[in-house]
Amino acid sequence: MGVITLAMLGSLAVLAVAGAVVWGQQADRPDPSAVLRGPTAGHPLGTDRLGRDLLARLLAATWPSLLPAVAATLLGAAAGITLGALTAVVGGRAARLLGALINLLLAFPALLVAMFFAALFGAGAGGAVFALAVACAPGFARITQTLAAQVAGTDFMAAARVLGLRRHRLLLRHVLPHIAEPLMLNTAVAAGSALVALSGLSFLGLGVQPPSYDWGLMLSQGLDRIYTEPLPAVAPGIAIVYATVAFQLLGEMLAGAAVRQARPRPEEEPVAHAARADRPASTDHVLEVEDLRVVLPTADGVVRPVRGVTLTLRRGELVGLVGESGSGKSLAALAVADLLPDDARVTWTTHRFLGADAESLTREQRRRQLATGMALIFQNPASAFNPSLRLGRQMTEAVRAHRGTPRAEAVEQALAQLQRVGLPAGRRLLRSRPFQLSGGQRQRVAIAAASMMRPDLIIADEPTTALDVTVQRQIMDLLRRVRREDATAILFISHDIALVADACDRVLVMYGGTIVENLPARELAAGARHPYTRMLVASVPDLAADRDPPPLTIEGGPPDPCGTAPGCPFHDRCPHRLDRCAVDSPVLSPLRPEHEVACWRPLPAAPLGGARETEEVEK
Amino acid sequence: MTTVSARLGAPVRHRPWVVFCCRRAARLVVALFVVVTASFAMIRLIPGDPVRAALGVDAPPDLVAAKRRELGLDRGLPEQYWQHLRRLARGDLGVSLVTGEPVADLVRARLPATLLLAVLAFACVLVVALPGGLLAAVWTRGRRRPRAELAFTATTSVLAGVPDFVLAAGLTAGLAVALPVLPVAGDLGPRSYVLPVLALALAPTAVLLRIVRVETLKVLAADYVRAARAKRLPALRLHLRHVAPNALTASLTFAGNLLPALIAGTVLVEKVFAWPGIGSAMAQSVAAQDYAVVEASVLVLGSSVLVVNFLVDLALALLDPRSVIRKT
Repeated sequence: MGVITLAMLGSLAVLAVAGAVVWGQQADRPDPSAVLRGPTAGHPLGTDRLGRDLLARLLAATWPSLLPAVAATLLGAAAGITLGALTAVVGGRAARLLGALINLLLAFPALLVAMFFAALFGAGAGGAVFALAVACAPGFARITQTLAAQVAGTDFMAAARVLGLRRHRLLLRHVLPHIAEPLMLNTAVAAGSALVALSGLSFLGLGVQPPSYDWGLMLSQGLDRIYTEPLPAVAPGIAIVYATVAFQLLGEMLAGAAVRQARPRPEEEPVAHAARADRPASTDHVLEVEDLRVVLPTADGVVRPVRGVTLTLRRGELVGLVGESGSGKSLAALAVADLLPDDARVTWTTHRFLGADAESLTREQRRRQLATGMALIFQNPASAFNPSLRLGRQMTEAVRAHRGTPRAEAVEQALAQLQRVGLPAGRRLLRSRPFQLSGGQRQRVAIAAASMMRPDLIIADEPTTALDVTVQRQIMDLLRRVRREDATAILFISHDIALVADACDRVLVMYGGTIVENLPARELAAGARHPYTRMLVASVPDLAADRDPPPLTIEGGPPDPCGTAPGCPFHDRCPHRLDRCAVDSPVLSPLRPEHEVACWRPLPAAPLGGARETEEVEK
Repeated sequence: MTTVSARLGAPVRHRPWVVFCCRRAARLVVALFVVVTASFAMIRLIPGDPVRAALGVDAPPDLVAAKRRELGLDRGLPEQYWQHLRRLARGDLGVSLVTGEPVADLVRARLPATLLLAVLAFACVLVVALPGGLLAAVWTRGRRRPRAELAFTATTSVLAGVPDFVLAAGLTAGLAVALPVLPVAGDLGPRSYVLPVLALALAPTAVLLRIVRVETLKVLAADYVRAARAKRLPALRLHLRHVAPNALTASLTFAGNLLPALIAGTVLVEKVFAWPGIGSAMAQSVAAQDYAVVEASVLVLGSSVLVVNFLVDLALALLDPRSVIRKT
């Protein structure tokens, strides 16, 4: 694509410079003996009314066709960018006035404005250039205004204003450099449209006047005899299209440069190494996953956000999955639910839902099983509902599609579920749209919608994170109620370890794409054995019994999700690391029943004061 | 309970709609005023003497003076402007400098043909680009088919670069002259609409196809589509119910912006196909330097564009009330 673009632009540049020199004389030489000829060997495109060779005229017209277009674009861009950028640096009222002016100018199509001004300035190349500059300026002003508004809102602009920089310096130093790239792209595209518009003006007789000529005028003259000889009209048309497409492709190339630069390189994925453990399917287990891995291609290369997750959920169990942001917990959940983005690759050694292996089912069977057996609640209740559909439809469509429940019955079920989550104004609510509800209400509706199917498993992906603390507790209570009444297993994903410890039966701690510890929630405060869990607990003031020392923060950052380094993901932040930790990665293995840890040197169980102990070790 | 009902009630109140309509109406009035003033100024600002230019250089001075008096060009500017407004209010657009016929008759005879052409072309753009862009997005999302994506991008960017009047000339040459299946000039029944509509609609269709695809890709990546996927609805229902409405409201805003350019584009296309519309009348009168007709055409085309803009804004607000509430 890039090569083609450059070749097209290069050929145009060469023709523009060389055309008039090489073919200029031939193009102006009249030949009374060969007037209005069709294509012949001597004149491949034929001749015009004065017997001048049309091919020579076409080539020689490159310069007079392109130069005014480029000139008009640059003039219009200069005026429009100045006008648009001014809105970012002048005061409020002036900015509003300028904005209104730009709006007003934009209401008129550029071609009409250009025709008006071309008539006003007098027909001719100069008039047409100025007319077109006037016509394309508002477009530039608008895009600059939009871009500059983004810059004007940034902190460094505020800082520059506080420093008392003059307006023109603000404009030149701070606003324009930050928006230069999209403006260049826009200029390339606008040059193409300017060429078309100028040719159009010449075509109408408002642009270049004879004896000068450009492609538009040649097209207009060719059109008069198109019924006898199509080529004299078609050839300049092709020239206009060629140049326009070249400018368009230049715009595409500029726009695509950033994206293409960042295209991921496909990489070989190391084969999952854990041996397959053929555990018998248990009816008590809702979900069993072993060595789940997710690979995502991104702009910065291949990312491995989930690197071997093993988890099991029993019927009616409320399990918390905690970890820092970026530890892979949401992606692991989406992988379990078969909802990863299209380009993600996922592998596992075991993936059993409701006792059925994922591989053993056909696509349709698996879809049905997930549809009726699993429901999800998402983090942001503001964006998890379709803004253009009424809540009633969004709540009932799943039961209607998969259970074939009639409409009225589905609505009754929805009302009952809404009643249960504490939203008694059900009928009115079902008729409303998502934006009419508060965040807490929406999350209640999400819980009600998720329990419509009476699923065996609800995956709640940070359902409380976007809510304030009092609402968080209410949502947690609702989830526990659903679990109790429907015997639904719930995988509760959160980064709030205090909330998880308080509400869940069991806690899975995730770090760097793996589960590092699996323990009963009541043991979390005192019985954690993995150094990371211990530090996570210590960082929450109200979990540690002793409040005297300040809460701990964990030094360092989470591991690089792109990295392929061997060893325990936590080893470079771990105060208890061994030499082995950097080389071998530990596997999640049972310490005692109900407690598993992935560590080469689990900490001794401490009855009290986890925070102090960790601190001492660090010293 | 009370808080629920208060929340539900708030956005339904009529105030945002009133504010919105008033603002848009005020903007329309200001813009129309600009058009009227511009058309008034045009004939008076044109370098040289347009009356003499229209009547010919060898016209007797008495005739030129009489014509000037008839047009009111010998009076003071404020009085002329006032007369201009009063004439417009009566629907009087003056008389042609060349033929002496009332311009209003010309507009009445020719405007419907132009608007019909533009509306038909716009309908074609929507009918092709909305479903086409949607399908293209679903087909190529998540880099699933890089080759198809490249082919789509390349084709639409080339088509978007073909100017309507060049395409019109090409179609005339190819379809009507070399392969005479369709009428090439004039309004001779339904078949003669094919080529002008095609010439007008092709480039905007390509542009809108790309916009719809990008908007649909945005919607496909939205949280609520993932939530809808979690319900495992059949693919057709998922796309028609959850994806299409949101992608299309966003795309229609862009489509609305294409319509004015389409109306302006008729000027050039009508010239190629000798279409009996206002655009070809304008092109002819530019050549004949009949500025009374040019003035009226600018006024009529400019105001149609503004009125269409206004109607499109209202239609979009009805389709997507949230944007109204957000903007006002």
